[in-house]
Amino acid sequence: MNDMTSEGPMVEFRKDLFADERDDNLNEVGKPTRRQDILGHVTGRSPFFDDHLFNGLLHMRCARSPHHHARIRRIDTSAAEKMPGVVRVLTGRDVPVNLNTLLSLLDFGLDDEPLLSETKVAYIGEPVAAVIAETEAQARAAASAVHVEWEVLPHVLDVEEAIKPGAPAVLDIYPNNKFVYHGKYDHQKLRYGDVDAAFRGVDHVVEGRYQMSPIEQAPIETCGAIAAPEQNDRYVCYTSTQALFFSLGTAAKMLKIPSSRLHFIGGTVGGGFGGKVDSIHEPLAILGTMLTGRPVKYAWDRAEEMQVGAPRGAERWYITDGVMANGRIVARKFIGYFDAGAYTRLSSYAIIKGVGHLPGPYTIPNVYADVFCVYTNRTPATAMRGFGITGVDFAIEAHMDKIAETVGMNPIELRILNAYRDGDMKAHRREAKNCALIECAQVVAEKAGVTLSPEFKAATSMTGGGGARAALPAFTATDEDGRVEGFAATSYAKKSGASSAPVPGAAPASRPARVQASAQSPARPAAQPASPPSAAPVHTADPADKKPARSGAMRFSSLSGFRRR
Amino acid sequence: MAKTPVTFTLNGSAKAAFANPGQNLLDFLRREVGDLAPKYGCGQGTCGACTVTIDGETMLSCLVLAQAVEGQDVRTASGLATGATLDPLQVAFMDHFAAQCGYCTPGMLVSARALLDRNPRPGREDVIEAISGNLCRCTGYEPIIAAILAVANGKARA
Repeated sequence: MNDMTSEGPMVEFRKDLFADERDDNLNEVGKPTRRQDILGHVTGRSPFFDDHLFNGLLHMRCARSPHHHARIRRIDTSAAEKMPGVVRVLTGRDVPVNLNTLLSLLDFGLDDEPLLSETKVAYIGEPVAAVIAETEAQARAAASAVHVEWEVLPHVLDVEEAIKPGAPAVLDIYPNNKFVYHGKYDHQKLRYGDVDAAFRGVDHVVEGRYQMSPIEQAPIETCGAIAAPEQNDRYVCYTSTQALFFSLGTAAKMLKIPSSRLHFIGGTVGGGFGGKVDSIHEPLAILGTMLTGRPVKYAWDRAEEMQVGAPRGAERWYITDGVMANGRIVARKFIGYFDAGAYTRLSSYAIIKGVGHLPGPYTIPNVYADVFCVYTNRTPATAMRGFGITGVDFAIEAHMDKIAETVGMNPIELRILNAYRDGDMKAHRREAKNCALIECAQVVAEKAGVTLSPEFKAATSMTGGGGARAALPAFTATDEDGRVEGFAATSYAKKSGASSAPVPGAAPASRPARVQASAQSPARPAAQPASPPSAAPVHTADPADKKPARSGAMRFSSLSGFRRR
Repeated sequence: MAKTPVTFTLNGSAKAAFANPGQNLLDFLRREVGDLAPKYGCGQGTCGACTVTIDGETMLSCLVLAQAVEGQDVRTASGLATGATLDPLQVAFMDHFAAQCGYCTPGMLVSARALLDRNPRPGREDVIEAISGNLCRCTGYEPIIAAILAVANGKARA
């Protein structure tokens, strides 16, 4: 298979970089190889969920909210039930456990989202009833005959509007439209050193505001599932899910049946990109099968995929950097607003991931971040390719260019100057290892025909790090901003499942619903060691001046394990 | 309403099946005839996953009424291989990593085959034009273009 293409090797190995990090007798890497599933793909025989045919298959379509935000006064399904071909119309009352949050399987977050909404809708397209009919056209016609009496509520579509006092509460359980982290704070915090003290000693303060749009994953195969009765009172479910066991656990929870009664078949996914983890189709299709005794397919059409399919969430970032005249960044402050849309899905997790990634791949001695998971009346956001990272990376790199412009520096050299080097301390208090940004930047410059000055051309990730750059800040400024009360400090969800769910439709509380009455008051963070703020380290020197990396340090390579270099 | 019998040729074999009223060719091929290679991606003629040829012309089967193929010659990706012998395009797609999720692949292959049947030596622009109605969300198209050109240039393994 080495004669597949005449264009030569597909991967370029740089023998000068990280030679001791890898063996050269690789079996697969660097050589063309066939995917194990590609014969099925090119012959059209790969079994996608919809390629399983069933006699007597029923089709499910949902009636959806035309409003951004509305209370449901009444759902009248009587007309729809009389439509030709209609077998059954489901509403929220038919769902055994009609409230869930995806990450409840990891015991993270409050159950906030119904499968079929009964009391309130919080985004356009939110499903309120599911029609099951003999044909898709009949299901479609009957879904439009479901009559809902709405009480339209004020809505909010902008993250910063949503967290202002008096904004409409998207979810009753998060009345301030902010997810609660760790039972303590209405945002995710990162505190490292003292940015405000550092800003006082810099040559430039560079500010920027960055806005990313939601992005639809747009797989060519729309999301869907087919369920059918099996022997021994089990149900089989063919699904497009990207997360088979996630979907299995979610279906078992919402249908209140042991997962041993569910037989999930998946793994052939017609493009996912994150948009097929939300586990909406499987419980509905299985519920349809449970209530009709027949195979039921629930799949989105293209319009639904684009409108109600959860996208990558929009993000808004404010970055303030303190920069020395030589381009060294000594302080970086983030205020981030992540638009979760109407329900949590995976946004709360995306922020934890994103904050762990700050301040980007740069050694900055003072870092501050407040990142909010904000509810708005937009389509709920979910996973998409590096979600939590890609948005803020765009902001960071756009900001790096702005800094380069401000200090009059080549933007690639600015990145090399500030890049992580082996042995540096990262803002989340882990040592930087196996760094490669400098080498990547050098290759980019070479490929782009950008001439670097000899100093930056000679820089390496393996030297110049550690030492003072490995030191934790002598003082870290902390605060209690965004402290909330009334949320359980250790766990958000009770183990008992549905019974822990706050009552939907309850009067919007001025306080968050008390999920778990904690006997003892939430633990306060330990008092900070008293250190003089003047000790905030401000690195202004060029990293090349620093002493070389500690020789003989252990390095980890996924190929060869731990190794001393 | 009554079902309509439709008699046609599918990948060289005579076929007859009943079409439901208003049923499109895509649904008819998949549900009534059992050829699952054409895929549903949009149902509105924008994604190309359902591409077939009818009398040699590429068509979007989601936009064709099943009854319209009465007496006509329909070809899908299922007909590309002859027994265990793959079409050179199928081999080239495998070798060039021209499929990731594989969902657009049957339609993409039908468009590529139709191109090579009418123009055995297409240039890059011809290839791009020929697959411009087939959306792929995974590959970024370059591996697909390379695979088709490899066959056109005789560089693919037969």
